[in-house]
Amino acid sequence: MFVYTISFYFFSIIAILSALMVISAKNPVHSVLFLILSFVNTSALFVLLGAEFLAMILIVVYVGAVAVLFLFVVMMLDINFIKLREGFLQYLPFGVLLGLVLLIELGMLFYTNNFSENNLVDFSNLPKFSDVENTKILGNVLYTDYFYLFQISGIILLIAMIGSIVLTLRERSGVKKQKIYNQVHLNSKNAIEKKKIELGKGIDV
Amino acid sequence: MASFLLEYLPILFFVFIALAIAIGMTTLSFVIGSSKPDREKLSAYECGFEAFDDARGRFDVRFYLVAILFIIFDLEVAFLFPWAISLGKIGIYGFWSMMFFLLILTIGFVYEWKKGALEWE
Repeated sequence: MFVYTISFYFFSIIAILSALMVISAKNPVHSVLFLILSFVNTSALFVLLGAEFLAMILIVVYVGAVAVLFLFVVMMLDINFIKLREGFLQYLPFGVLLGLVLLIELGMLFYTNNFSENNLVDFSNLPKFSDVENTKILGNVLYTDYFYLFQISGIILLIAMIGSIVLTLRERSGVKKQKIYNQVHLNSKNAIEKKKIELGKGIDV
Repeated sequence: MASFLLEYLPILFFVFIALAIAIGMTTLSFVIGSSKPDREKLSAYECGFEAFDDARGRFDVRFYLVAILFIIFDLEVAFLFPWAISLGKIGIYGFWSMMFFLLILTIGFVYEWKKGALEWE
């Protein structure tokens, strides 16, 4: 129990501090790296809660893929970030107001505690948390009971794939490509040509 | 506190060992190593030239495309893990459900392949 408490405070303090560094770091690349640190610590907190599938997915998807995307975006955008920060104090009251609204909403949600009622998904037929590990619980219902939602997620992924290709792929003309098939199928018959050259005359190749 | 958390205890030890090694190495080299910085040593090294430009130039959007396609297949793999664990229980229906899901994504994969999005030129 002691180790549990210690590690909870350790991970949550690092998560909060790195989240603070995300918004206060001068260099946006450092911000992304602190975001990754925050993700890793959040995943450790998920493990402490017993949600090991969520923890591993957080590592695989967010740290492995989304953070890389963020890094690309930060490096690709040709923005002068120092200039961007100039109006910081001017926008501060507005930002604080937005944050307060979000905090009040979260607090209201927390105090009314309506998570189990008025829900779209029926939780009653699920096994208890402590019986099976939650990757198994998910696997038991996701592919059969929630067949349509699962297939819709597949179609959404397909749309994302096609959309990203349509948006970013452009053909370039005049670029020489390596055609491996043609290279492999070269042999002495179609690669070499013999020509008889008459004396005193050139040859067009 | 559940007993399954005990299985994660070695990972916690590894985290602390890794932290100790990383912090120890940097502090030791900081304390022991000699350091006499001057303006030239601290400036960005660009192969003998003066640094021309900001490092944050624009680069090819194709890196971004590769990253997006990686995320999509990453999510596909994330769906495969719970399926593999409970395949024995969900039976033939669950099996073909996943096969249909994979078929949809394979259509996208064939589209990518034919469109040449996976080639670098």
